[in-house]
Amino acid sequence: MFVEALLTGITLGGMYALVAMGLTLQYGVARIMNLSYGEILVAAAFAVFWLFTAAGLSPLLGLVLIVPAALLVSWLIYRILLLPLVQRAKTRDALEVDSILATFGLLFVVQGIMLVLFGGAYYSYSFLAIPVNVFGVTIAANRLLALAFAAVIGLALYLGLTRTRAGTALRAVAVDPVAAQLVAIDVRAAAAIAFALGGALVASGGVLVSMFLTFNANIGVVFTMKALIIVIMGGVGNMLGALVAGLILGLTETFVATWIDPGLTLAATYTIFLIILLVRPQGLFGRSGR
Amino acid sequence: MTRRFRILAAALAVGFAGTLSLVASNQALAQDKIKIGYAISKTGPNAGGANITQIPNYQLWVKELNDKGGLMIGGKRVPVEVIEYDDRSNSEEAVRAVERLITQDKVDLLLPPWGTGLNLAVGPVFNKYGYPQLTFSAVTDQAPALVKRWPNSFWFLGTSVQYIDALVDLLSKQQKAGKINGTVAMISVADGFGIDLSKAARDGLTKAGFKLAMDKSYPIGTQDMSPLISEAQRSGADTFIAFSYPPDTVAINDQSKVASFAPKVMFTGVGTGFPLFPQRFGANAEGIMSLGGWDPNNAGTVEYRKRHVAMHSRDPDYWGSQLGYVSLQMLEQAVERVGKIDRAAIIKELQTGTFDTVLGKIKLVDNMPPKGTYAYIGQWQNGMFTGVAPAGANMKDMVIPKPAWK
Repeated sequence: MFVEALLTGITLGGMYALVAMGLTLQYGVARIMNLSYGEILVAAAFAVFWLFTAAGLSPLLGLVLIVPAALLVSWLIYRILLLPLVQRAKTRDALEVDSILATFGLLFVVQGIMLVLFGGAYYSYSFLAIPVNVFGVTIAANRLLALAFAAVIGLALYLGLTRTRAGTALRAVAVDPVAAQLVAIDVRAAAAIAFALGGALVASGGVLVSMFLTFNANIGVVFTMKALIIVIMGGVGNMLGALVAGLILGLTETFVATWIDPGLTLAATYTIFLIILLVRPQGLFGRSGR
Repeated sequence: MTRRFRILAAALAVGFAGTLSLVASNQALAQDKIKIGYAISKTGPNAGGANITQIPNYQLWVKELNDKGGLMIGGKRVPVEVIEYDDRSNSEEAVRAVERLITQDKVDLLLPPWGTGLNLAVGPVFNKYGYPQLTFSAVTDQAPALVKRWPNSFWFLGTSVQYIDALVDLLSKQQKAGKINGTVAMISVADGFGIDLSKAARDGLTKAGFKLAMDKSYPIGTQDMSPLISEAQRSGADTFIAFSYPPDTVAINDQSKVASFAPKVMFTGVGTGFPLFPQRFGANAEGIMSLGGWDPNNAGTVEYRKRHVAMHSRDPDYWGSQLGYVSLQMLEQAVERVGKIDRAAIIKELQTGTFDTVLGKIKLVDNMPPKGTYAYIGQWQNGMFTGVAPAGANMKDMVIPKPAWK
């Protein structure tokens, strides 16, 4: 029973981490508090649903199409919509407020488009819902896949950010955008890349969770909230922090549901969030980039 | 700051101008049109349900009316005009929108919002202005008491107790026949629907001698059901009941399949009767039970389904949809019999008249369709969500045990 709860918790946590990683890049490095984050995730889910049901394309192939598309769209959003805000913002706080307002508007635009195209009804499809036996516990293959993706993306980005020159530049922007310019880092380009990468990540999250979650055009905010909690818990801009915080949330929810009461999962989540905010306000792994 | 203020002022001005033009156009047309208004959840958490059970019915009914030339009033057909607002799944917003429909748009008739919560919220407004409120997405045990307080309110889905009585009856019969053991595992979503039905089920099942080996609730929005399903699996219950909402309904069935959890009786909540369900589960839907259900031999509902599919390219849901259409047919006939927009007379006619509907002839009892009008409990059988209870001529036998997952 313990192994079962542990593995279920890890898969759930992996999904949470996957959903949160894009936001930590967008918020931590590009400094855009993206409130339309969940909507982009749901848009990717709709895109893959459409590819799967109308064109018969496997969601895994869909991933190959949707992720680059999301990268491009996010980059365009940054260049066209957000760059003017970045240019006129005097301080980080001012940018945060402006980006919240702008992306709040974007939320309704994306949601509106989805409502027009798909209506408000629930959507769901079945893909890779096959039982896989792991240490005697049965888990759905699609959930394992999401966990694997979260782990791979989390580690790859962590290594990329810490071990490569480009990654170091991104972290420098996260730590101090003004000083980063002094060492010849193109801050605007770096921030645009970080925002676009975040968009690609959230799209991959959307594709993967659409394999096992039921969604509709209005569900985006649920993901934004969850991602926000994980990002703040893990430390803003910290990939490894997002992974660990996601796993902590997933494990907590599963343990509480298994041994205490499923009705208390939300309470437990927010208790942990509160404790971390009180004890380590900068997040588990500190503010940015590491 | 001043710039932002200017933008805000401009936005307000635009919104205001839009409102004025809407009102003006309505007044110009008031003589030769019947205005029907509704506030419904086009966005927010209720939108999923509203978009399946309610909005398609409104659109279908209005289109059919206007294709005929409109409502027959005083010997001539008067076209119908619709005014629609989004209540954003918010009860204050719904109340405001309904008041606005009545006082500013001066609609002749109102259609109800979606869900138990919002219908209860707007009930006082409908009552205060004397508009008939024909709800068909609200289940509440307060319905009989509400009818006394608000005689203008009609509750086509009835009370939670009526569903539970039918379900417990069905299960008791199976237990007596030795088909299932006396143990039941039950889970419910911690929201109006789940709380109401699980409470009624707790009482009903215990009274009938069943043992509740598991009785847990989970927060709304939960889509990871594995811990609950493994507990139900361990409980040794032959009967698994979940009073769930659509996303959790899909997750419960999906994860039960992965865990090879196949109880002899599997009952899940809202969403089981949605067109999404057979699409998603195909042959695996077979044997799964829920609220609602259709009589496959009823020509009226078969015809209704055809028209629904022709207009919306998807099936209606198998619980509230047909009753929604029935309620609209009754409203139409009541108005035409009264022959003018006299809302008190229309309410009176709805309470006492007999109406010709897709479900056959219906006469309401205490503002609710009497037992036997439609199925309370249904089961997927041969690709159709078929009514199996309460016992009656138009009900099929329940298939037990549920076939194994494929």
